[in-house]
Amino acid sequence: MALRKLATALLAAAALGLPGAVQAQQNDGTQFMLVNAYWTGPFAAGGSAFGGGMIDYYRMLNERDGGINGVKLSWEKCETQYQNDRIVECYERFKGHNGGLALFHPMSTGGAYAVLERAQKDLIPVITIGYGRTDASDGRVFPYKFPMLTNYWSQNTAKIRFMGAQEGGMDKLKGKKIANVYLESAYGKETIPVLDEQAKRYGFSVQHFAVAAPGLDQKAVWLQIARQLRADWVILRGWGVMNPAALKEAERVGFAREKIVGVWWSGSEEDVVPAGDAAEGYISAAFNGSGTHFPVIQDVIKHVYDKGNGELPRERLGQVFYARAMVWAIISAEAIRDAQAMFGKRPVVGKEVQQALEKFAMTPERVKKLGAEGLVPPFSLSCKDHEGGAAVRFQQWKGGKWVPIGDWVAVDKDMVRPMIEASAAAYAKEKSLTPRSC
Amino acid sequence: MIYRESGQFKTSYAADQAMFPIRQDRIFIALLLVAAVAVVPVVVSEYAIRSILMPFLILSIAAIGLNLLLGYCGLISLGTAAFMAVGAFSAYKLATGIPDLPIVLNFILAGLVTAVVGMAFGLPSLRIKGFYLAVTTLAAHFFVEWTITKFGWFTNYSPSGVISAPPLDVFGIAIDSTTEKYWFVLAWVLVLAVLAKNLVRSSVGRAWMAVRDMDVAAAVIGVPILKTKLLAFAVSSFYCGIAGALYVFAYIGTVEPQAFDLNRAFQVLFMVIIGGLGSILGSFFGAAFIVTLPIFITLAAAPFGGQIPAEVLSNLELIIFGILIVFFLIVEPLGLARLWQIGKEKLRLWPFPH
Repeated sequence: MALRKLATALLAAAALGLPGAVQAQQNDGTQFMLVNAYWTGPFAAGGSAFGGGMIDYYRMLNERDGGINGVKLSWEKCETQYQNDRIVECYERFKGHNGGLALFHPMSTGGAYAVLERAQKDLIPVITIGYGRTDASDGRVFPYKFPMLTNYWSQNTAKIRFMGAQEGGMDKLKGKKIANVYLESAYGKETIPVLDEQAKRYGFSVQHFAVAAPGLDQKAVWLQIARQLRADWVILRGWGVMNPAALKEAERVGFAREKIVGVWWSGSEEDVVPAGDAAEGYISAAFNGSGTHFPVIQDVIKHVYDKGNGELPRERLGQVFYARAMVWAIISAEAIRDAQAMFGKRPVVGKEVQQALEKFAMTPERVKKLGAEGLVPPFSLSCKDHEGGAAVRFQQWKGGKWVPIGDWVAVDKDMVRPMIEASAAAYAKEKSLTPRSC
Repeated sequence: MIYRESGQFKTSYAADQAMFPIRQDRIFIALLLVAAVAVVPVVVSEYAIRSILMPFLILSIAAIGLNLLLGYCGLISLGTAAFMAVGAFSAYKLATGIPDLPIVLNFILAGLVTAVVGMAFGLPSLRIKGFYLAVTTLAAHFFVEWTITKFGWFTNYSPSGVISAPPLDVFGIAIDSTTEKYWFVLAWVLVLAVLAKNLVRSSVGRAWMAVRDMDVAAAVIGVPILKTKLLAFAVSSFYCGIAGALYVFAYIGTVEPQAFDLNRAFQVLFMVIIGGLGSILGSFFGAAFIVTLPIFITLAAAPFGGQIPAEVLSNLELIIFGILIVFFLIVEPLGLARLWQIGKEKLRLWPFPH
């Protein structure tokens, strides 16, 4: 009998729970933002900072400015566990919520692929800042996809330029051996073609080492790199728990950490602290600055944390992932501000944000006005170029903190753009799409 | 009182062999079918169909597949996700390689390819039993995952290893909208479920059960062990393959090999264990439990979003889910199908329990 009661209770909960989520809801006068992130699972270190940071920024806007042009922001959280089917579920659950999504952050490369076609159909721009489907930078084929700032291929060109600079000139790369250690996933594999192309151009050799997810077992890979291949440089394309594991293995086999260059998903405190001393000297790329000294983060502390409304422990506020969440939230909010300027000061919808994004410009003055100088690099988008191609900066882990090395490194647009166009054209052909002309 | 079979006489062999011998069951199933086909697309929201019903139906097929192998033939397998991946990628290769191939035929071929792969990895089952067999099927999992990521041919050399399914059409009718996709998946589920139900009632199913209960005795009474076990692997893999193909073509649309990771295999295994070993109906119960419960917990927890920190809430959902699994297994170790059966027997006596 107790069991039957339980079953009834569960059914009742189901009946109550469902309609609340599924109704296409009317807008309540606020701009709805979906914060889907991963507070659990192997990648929670990143996910919790992304989700929490974005909410902190939106809350700060509401407190400091009363929203965007008087339109308050509202948000919902959605747990994805960094799994594609859960990301799709979140997208489907909230796409019509409270007037509809104005933009969508999948927060996972695989998730970006999974929602690409759905979002195209639903006219919701998919924003992937610093990750996600590289060839979508061609806005003619992918009108609703915005892989902003710097895509993986562009980042990779900056990385090779950085190595060249360290060796004393690009011609010195000739004959060098580079190992590409990547997480076996959509994210990990994306740079293989561009590396092969660069190897041909600069005369170095590249060998790819796949690490099965989640990447805790890398013994064989590092032995091979250090003893057999004797690589000159290693590119670490890891994510989450794979990164500290890689650094520890590198220490074990005695591979110099100063010769390992991580992508920006391998360059946060969460990636190096668990590795302890093994991380000392490790280098990684970054598309954003970090620290709490930026006026915008000071505003968040003043308006959100000092009132006890913060989403995260205070000590995480200066970290790389938090700063990245700020970048994402700032760009999202500014895109909505631009859309309001074009269509009126009210909650905007996906179609309007898409048009605003195609004219989006983050000028140095605007960055300064936002109090994010050094946090967000200046860039601009167009109908053709959904990337922006912002410069990349490198940082080294020294004595318990990230120290920037050198200046921002420009990306090699001339090399990447034709590859993007070729790849996008192949996609258009496979899907029999006609690219827009612009 | 209502659920009573008195007065229902079986006067022919056909009536005796009916899939649902009790009239009330037949009426119930018929109503359920009408509801699933006609009422659901009208009443249920697009979100629920796309994000709850579709994965439920597709994973039910995989659960039936594993149940045939584990529940009926007693062979434990952790290769379910791998077989789903084989089905998904074969269907993708067939669809892109031979664009004119009808999709139904494509899926059946993909299922057959998976069956062959499944049989190959089923061979050790002749010598290895129990948990040791689980380990050899684990090898199948890693082998398939490695093969698909290693060789670009399987993904048509996509740089990121992600495949995206070409548009679906059945005999010239485009399967485009959510409702059409739902019907398409439902049709597969119905055909495969009826097939499975009849298979386990036939001599094949009896041979499986004989092998499951005691393979030496089965051999003595003349059941060919090799043929029976391999057939179980083939049929089970066929089901998993179709489920994998549907997962890509009708549900997610794009997929990378990591969508079929080991967690997926465990997920299907839990469906079978919670639903009930050796029960087709149980596979559906298990799939419903595993797919929908986390979503319901999330939705039920939504009102508390403000008070509890996000990471605590997310972990709490997992904890509640785990507790419920343990609870159900303690209350009824034979699975939800057994609960259903007990409920039915009680209902027959109701309102006079003694």
